[in-house]
Amino acid sequence: MTVNETQEKIAEEFSEFDDWMDKYNLLIDMGKDLPAVDPKYKTKDFLIEGCQSKVWLHPELNNGIITFSADSDALITRGIVALLIRILSGRTPDEIISSELWFIDRIGLRQNLSPTRSNGLLSMIRQMKLYAMAFKATSDKTSSPTGKR
Amino acid sequence: MKSIKDIRADFPILESKVYNKPLVYFDNGATTQKPKVVIDAVNEVFTSFNSNIHRGVHALSDKASEEYEKAREKVRSFINAGKREEIIFTSGTTASINSIAFSFGERYIGKDDEVILSRLEHHANIVPWQMMCDRKGAKLKIIPINDSGEIMFDEYLKLLSPRTRIIAVTQVSNALGVKVPVNKMIDVAHKNGIPVLVDGAQGIQHDVVDVQGMDCDFYAFSGHKIYGPTGIGILYGKEKWLDELPPYQGGGDMVANVTFEKTTFNTLPFKFEAGTMNFAGAIGLGIALDYVESLGREEIDEYEKDILVYATNILSDIKGVKIYGTACEKIPIISFLLNGIHQYDTGMVLDKLGIAVRTGTHCAQPVMDRFGIEGTVRASMCFYNTKEEIDILGKGIEQVIKMFS
Repeated sequence: MTVNETQEKIAEEFSEFDDWMDKYNLLIDMGKDLPAVDPKYKTKDFLIEGCQSKVWLHPELNNGIITFSADSDALITRGIVALLIRILSGRTPDEIISSELWFIDRIGLRQNLSPTRSNGLLSMIRQMKLYAMAFKATSDKTSSPTGKR
Repeated sequence: MKSIKDIRADFPILESKVYNKPLVYFDNGATTQKPKVVIDAVNEVFTSFNSNIHRGVHALSDKASEEYEKAREKVRSFINAGKREEIIFTSGTTASINSIAFSFGERYIGKDDEVILSRLEHHANIVPWQMMCDRKGAKLKIIPINDSGEIMFDEYLKLLSPRTRIIAVTQVSNALGVKVPVNKMIDVAHKNGIPVLVDGAQGIQHDVVDVQGMDCDFYAFSGHKIYGPTGIGILYGKEKWLDELPPYQGGGDMVANVTFEKTTFNTLPFKFEAGTMNFAGAIGLGIALDYVESLGREEIDEYEKDILVYATNILSDIKGVKIYGTACEKIPIISFLLNGIHQYDTGMVLDKLGIAVRTGTHCAQPVMDRFGIEGTVRASMCFYNTKEEIDILGKGIEQVIKMFS
């Protein structure tokens, strides 16, 4: 599935719910299903600080594909993190760099990505794109930013 | 006091709906809503007599200046200051504290001197002093707090030293709602010849504030937290200090005579009011204080104590609620966490139920550190909040617990 197809799919899943509590319940479940980040990456180096909630994001490049793993201390934020992972993880740097994330508006979560919310999500998207640009710029196809494999 | 129904009718915003649910506004610690009389007063300034104050020779300027000075008199009377010269209009508590931290620091603080603050301070009563101490090579000394969120008075006494130059302390903790025994602290400080600044941002709207009775040397508060407009605040200072201190900002209106060789400053209070002041805000603040007086400050206090007890009982009865700041002496603020649930998650769900609370550190990170937490959910109430609204919060909390367990 392309970035847009995945976003379409997510929008469809959310379109079943009108009630905010149902949407949040879905996000909470998605957050719970998000695979855990390797504890060795839950460090300051991979922390995206927000004053409301924190996000940890770790990228890894293998054969030209970036795999992200991420986590958050707040469950609703973690649910949105799970959505972002679903859309942008397992893609090439070019796909990530050129992606436009419109699903946020479609499922009514725009306010969660406003700069004033300071929950780490906006910075997370920026950071995902920055990692993609950094990977694209380096010729080493199997490196990660810390040099570990 | 007027009936709660009539009081609520004075505040147009309280009729709003959010996400199709009636608004339950429990974020009064961040800012209070405005009664219609205040909204009308500000509107009236711009529709009827907007004109720069203290400058014109014309009728509108005279009227604006007169209303501005009337507002100053209302503030003086409201906090029972001795003289109008002691009432300085600023943009808010933060600006008031910054100006004293700067001016007092410039005049009286040197290397290795000490400034005492408490652990309960809002960042606005920490950072300006820290910046000044960095400039001067001085040190901050911090009064610790106990598990209930009360300052430890004995520890305060131990911190007083011959190097202490000033004490800056909040009247009430914004994060926990716990009151600070400022009168007792000022007594001791003065016996040692040390002046005290009181941050009244959370105290002014819940207490009868009498600066002469309290005998504080400086008192700071914001208009928007006492039902007035944003961008207006007050710095009260005893005349003897304000006369001595250098001005914080230079500009128009704060001067008597300007040449390139030398400038002499205007008399008080104008020496500290550089540039065009927020006269519309000041006039609105005056009306807000009239409104509060019309309800009766003792009556407000009585009612707010009642809703604090009610809310504390409702929340304490819910399994999994932990309240931070359990002291007896409090304003109607409840800071809490739900067992294992992130404060942001709680706030997000309450929001969708129409309940406005604040989540996070409340600009008081040292308080959160003291309790080993990263933030709380804060429900801050005032006289227009009802027990029915508290019930809605209680049910909302139960729903949050169910969702996240």
